[in-house]
Amino acid sequence: MTMLEIKDLHVRVEDKEILKGLSLTINPGEVHAVMGPNGSGKSTLAQVLAGKDEYEITSGEIRYKGEDLIEQAPEERAREGLFLAFQYPVEIPGVSNVYFLKAALNAIRKHRGLEEMDAMDFLTYVREKMKMVQMDETLLQRPVNEGFSGGEKKRNEIFHLSVLDPTLAVLDETDSGLDIDALKIVSDGVNSLRSPERAFIVITHYQRLLNYIEPDRVHAMVDGRIVESGGKELALKLEDKGYAWLEERVAAADAAAASGA
Amino acid sequence: MPPETQDVLDERVGRAYEAGFVTDVEQDTFEPGLDEGVIARLSALKQEPQWMLDWRLKAYQNWLKMHEPTWANIKYEPIDYQSISYYSAPKKSLNSLDEVDPEILATYEKLGIPLLEQQMLAGVAVDAVFDSVSVATTFKAKLAEAGVIFCSMSEAIRDHGDLVRQYLGSVVPRGDNFFAALNSAVFSDGSFVYVPKGVRCPMELSTYFRINASNTGQFERTLIIAEEGAHVSYLEGCTAPMRDENQLHAAVVELYAAEGATIKYSTVQNWYPGDPETGKGGIFNFVTKRGVAERRAKISWTQVETGSAITWKYPSVILKGDDSVGEFYSVALSKAYQQADTGTKMIHVGKNTTSTIISKGISAGFGQNTYRGQVKILRDAENARNFSQCDSMLIGDKCGAHTFPYIDVQNPTAQMEHEASTSKVGEDQLFYCNSRGIDTEDAVGMIVNGFCKEVFNELPMEFAVEARKLLEISLEGSVG
Ligand SMILES: Nc1ncnc2c1ncn2[C@@H]1O[C@H](COP(=O)(O)OP(=O)(O)O)[C@@H](O)[C@H]1O
Ligand SMILES: [Mg+2]
Repeated sequence: MTMLEIKDLHVRVEDKEILKGLSLTINPGEVHAVMGPNGSGKSTLAQVLAGKDEYEITSGEIRYKGEDLIEQAPEERAREGLFLAFQYPVEIPGVSNVYFLKAALNAIRKHRGLEEMDAMDFLTYVREKMKMVQMDETLLQRPVNEGFSGGEKKRNEIFHLSVLDPTLAVLDETDSGLDIDALKIVSDGVNSLRSPERAFIVITHYQRLLNYIEPDRVHAMVDGRIVESGGKELALKLEDKGYAWLEERVAAADAAAASGA
Repeated sequence: MPPETQDVLDERVGRAYEAGFVTDVEQDTFEPGLDEGVIARLSALKQEPQWMLDWRLKAYQNWLKMHEPTWANIKYEPIDYQSISYYSAPKKSLNSLDEVDPEILATYEKLGIPLLEQQMLAGVAVDAVFDSVSVATTFKAKLAEAGVIFCSMSEAIRDHGDLVRQYLGSVVPRGDNFFAALNSAVFSDGSFVYVPKGVRCPMELSTYFRINASNTGQFERTLIIAEEGAHVSYLEGCTAPMRDENQLHAAVVELYAAEGATIKYSTVQNWYPGDPETGKGGIFNFVTKRGVAERRAKISWTQVETGSAITWKYPSVILKGDDSVGEFYSVALSKAYQQADTGTKMIHVGKNTTSTIISKGISAGFGQNTYRGQVKILRDAENARNFSQCDSMLIGDKCGAHTFPYIDVQNPTAQMEHEASTSKVGEDQLFYCNSRGIDTEDAVGMIVNGFCKEVFNELPMEFAVEARKLLEISLEGSVG
């Protein structure tokens, strides 16, 4: 079965249309890269998938595991295995990372009819996952993302990902602001989580991440639409030629449509 | 705010006040009204010595000349002091715990107060004040062994008259302010603690106050004396039944910490806040709390204020001796139509004195939350230091947060640090929690508890848990 199917999605915020007819289909086990210039709507897509309600979906359809995703509350989506690694992870003062994660994991487990994990089991489980992203254990007791460096925040997102064990993970520019070592750690983490049941949408600005995480498909996003899709060679082409050629093509098509109408 | 978030928040705001039941016991209640005759009757009923009556009458004379303060950021209908009854007590007189009316004990049980064996397990000695008299005091024996006196104020006046006479009004004078003067005239009971020189009180001391009778004012008077090098931790908890009319609570608490002594005073206040829909009813809480710290003494106030229609309260420390320390840790929640104007005063008199203020104000619904604090460094207070942090959190957009820090520095060596912040329970934070599978209700509880963490850390362990739960419940009934 298809994991995610987005059909002709139109999204606006405050009277401004941001996604203008976006379509995308993802199967289990696949890794899709979404690339595009700043402001093209990549984060909007990610936030809409996670259920942020300030974005108004004016038309289109999103089906996740065969169900209408738009109907579901953000926490339901999460419990159904959807995960978003935020481009800008949010700080929650006074709430320890470990407490937060335990609450999250247990909410998800409860939804799936599993028993809550007790503190001891949870700690053992979490320590295992920390190794994967080589995260310092002190970050467990620190408040969620508060005072974390940029790199630590991104690593923490991947750490959350590994603990919550989602079916579809959306990574929004997790690579930005990471040095090469951190990038490798994050990529290794993601690669070790790849499995036939799980799919990834990796949103990135740079093709360098795709040297480490090899995508099955690459999509170029311009002005709220996916305008070109291909294999990983598309990423190299975008790196080489930039987006101007695609933007020109979109502008020409829009002009033609406008005059034709 | 997303509609379902608003729903959850509304539901929490609307949650019923859990301590709002009325206990059916026979009460001896004075007719409403106040004059010298009422005070004399009250004093006689309590078999007080003449000096106590004289003291009360002087306070009453003071009070008659005073005016209700109007400077606080609170609004309420004028209080008619003649329509209040100044004494109400269960009819039977009590000699031991066994004689306590089972209804009252059941009330305490309902409130989750461990009055009997549970107390031993919890290691808590409880002095419970039900309306105006102290119902039962436990653990006296164990405390007596250590030389600690812990009893009701009425008892202290009878049995430890000299001590009471020496210290009563020494920290909060009779005519200190309008409400303190009223309290001095009519206080009905309260707690008395005396910890002798060098003694570390072997357990947490605790008092629960409950207002039951209608149209009754509650005026407790608490006095804690820690002699040289002594150490005591005291906790008070408060509840009241739901009633449509407002009830007045005007307490006075005096702390005296002699050289090298430590007093830690914690409050978890959950008086009835009034009807969440209409704002009708609820406790008017006008309280004066102050401590004097001698050389190297330390006084620490921690308060979690979730109830009351109005809270007017500024627990203060006079840092009289050199190297003394004053602390104030506060969580104040105003939800629905609650109004809180609360903060502290730190008066630095001695050299090398240090004070810390951490205030967390949470406003929800139509709640108004004001921090009002004063830090005063007197001329001779060389090398005084103060750190103040006042954080406000807004939940929803119909509530308000206000901060009035007054700073008066008369010695140039003072080091002052002030931090303030106002935040909204962010959409972003809620969404981040939601996107990890945590629902909005749990997320709000988590975020607010995180916000208050520095204060909860100051509470004795078992009460920290209680405070956290209370806040969550109140948030369910108050984070909107
Ligand atoms: N909440 C918002 N309110 C107003 N404009 C927004 C909001 N979110 C995104 N936008 C606008 O939508 C466009 C796409 O933004 P975004 O999805 O963040 O792009 P990307 O992630 O590709 O850089 C930008 O012009 C941005 O300013
Ligand atoms: Mg982005």
